[in-house]
Amino acid sequence: MLVDIQNLRVSFATRTGTFEAVRGVSFQIGTEKLGIVGESGSGKSLTARALMRLLPQNARITADRLSFDGVDILKADERAMRGLRGKRAGFILQDPKYSLNPVMTIGRQVAESWRQHKGGSRKEALEAAVDLLDQVRIRDPRRVCDLYPHEVSGGMGQRVMIAMMLAPDPALLIADEPTSALDATVQAEILRLMEDLVSKRGMGLILISHDLPLVSHFCDRVAVMYSGRVMEELSAGTLAQAKHPYTKGLLNCLPSLTHPKPRLPVLSRDAAWLQS
Amino acid sequence: MTKRLNALAGLLASVGLTLLGLVIITFLIGRVMPIDPVIAAVGDNAPQEVVERARLEMGLDQPILMQFFHYVVQLLHGDLGRSILTKNPVISDIARYFPATLELATAAVIVAALIGIPLGVWAAVKQGTWIDQAIRVVCLAGHSLPVFVLAMISLLVFYAALGIAPGPGRQDIVFQDMIPHVTGLLTVDSIIAGDWDAFWDALAHMVQPVCILAYFSMAYITRMTRAFMLDALRGEYVITARAKGLSSMSVIWIHAFPNVGVQLVTVLALTYAGLLEGAVVTETVFSWPGLGQYLTVSLMNADMNPVMGATLLVGLVYVGLNLLADAVYRQLDPRVR
Repeated sequence: MLVDIQNLRVSFATRTGTFEAVRGVSFQIGTEKLGIVGESGSGKSLTARALMRLLPQNARITADRLSFDGVDILKADERAMRGLRGKRAGFILQDPKYSLNPVMTIGRQVAESWRQHKGGSRKEALEAAVDLLDQVRIRDPRRVCDLYPHEVSGGMGQRVMIAMMLAPDPALLIADEPTSALDATVQAEILRLMEDLVSKRGMGLILISHDLPLVSHFCDRVAVMYSGRVMEELSAGTLAQAKHPYTKGLLNCLPSLTHPKPRLPVLSRDAAWLQS
Repeated sequence: MTKRLNALAGLLASVGLTLLGLVIITFLIGRVMPIDPVIAAVGDNAPQEVVERARLEMGLDQPILMQFFHYVVQLLHGDLGRSILTKNPVISDIARYFPATLELATAAVIVAALIGIPLGVWAAVKQGTWIDQAIRVVCLAGHSLPVFVLAMISLLVFYAALGIAPGPGRQDIVFQDMIPHVTGLLTVDSIIAGDWDAFWDALAHMVQPVCILAYFSMAYITRMTRAFMLDALRGEYVITARAKGLSSMSVIWIHAFPNVGVQLVTVLALTYAGLLEGAVVTETVFSWPGLGQYLTVSLMNADMNPVMGATLLVGLVYVGLNLLADAVYRQLDPRVR
């Protein structure tokens, strides 16, 4: 078992009290692909960041169990966390325009990630970076190494991000809306590349998205989140048999080319969902 | 290549235009001020014919465009006119006063940056904690205390009461005119002369004014650095850096800090330029014969040639430092290249 989360709660202290953004999320994942879907603010990103303890300082994390790779995240000190971050789990952010350091060359950023966990000389690290860029199918990786993030396209930036996060050979890849900032044509390409590399390396994947069909296409299991809770967890193939009204609602409100509806239904929400 | 040449041509044109504007403004200062340069030169009680002759000699009967033309020609010959007060050519006065300010300002900006930048980064990293608050108080005091109060207290305590600091002035009377003038910077000149006693004396005299000037500059640099860093630390790339498993030191200094480089250079250049204008109050309290004092005394005595000369110099300093800052931007941020 790679990740074991039981009753995870994340809350923030605000001026008027505390706001609970994640309210009792539980799931487990091994070397498989789990998709987490939900609308904005449903707590899917926070759940993933809590797992790596990458939340802002004012966030309070509690859980009955929050373990990664056998390490208790709630009790681990900063040094232990640094051993996990990057080395055991890679974290891919949404928009490479912001998530890559604008004043550092791509080669240096990838090499740094490799060297941080594998050691070795600068030169070896740079060679490794070239090899990694080649693995994410960047043409002419040696030239790209000397470029700055603003000089490459969004799709290529996200490939760089993937290369950087795969550099230390982690066991799990967490991708937080990795394609939301990309063109529709590039999205599928990036997802296929990610899936390919994850399968080849026998890694686990947590794919966070708001695109339910897309996630179900790429993942083994899907967890549907709403308002800080998991509403329903089901295997990707059985999406059509979803029981929860929220999941059904999400599926229903998608426009379809083959069966166009004059009017899309409005997603209905029920406060009772949060009671149990 | 042609792109480079174009950029260079553009740069030269903009510098040329700036300098022209600067010269026009300087010239207008000398003409628009409600001061009659003739009276200032010959005195209030001079007979009418002397005044008339002086007016002709100074070319003030000519149309203003001609006067401006003559002024520019003079400038191009390196002639800034003569000071009525010191009887010296303004250019040689400036050569004597400016190094004193240069020495003070350079030392002050270095001290201010070396303390202010790390302090600002620290405050940003510890945002909201007592460390941040303490740094805020220190900076607020730096912003709000009048210079002369601090300078007087410093002199009273360290010079008058404790006797561990030298008094006002740039050097002890013993060393006066003992060091041959090379750069005008006493510390550098005494090293060149190999006179270590004079060097330590000059350095000791700098400590108090430098500390006071540096404190005020530091307050500004710290506040700005803190603001820039807070912004940088909120960047997504900082999360990426942490997600890579880097230490917080690496995250702060290797990833966040280089991103504030451009803004920081702007602040440093402006601070340095401000200090090079001459800190009138500090220079006065410490009897420091610098540009600020020279400018003020000349202005008080309606001695316009030094005022125009010093204004021109300050303008040149700003233009020069801006050019330098632009060059540094390109080094620090690949997006500006």
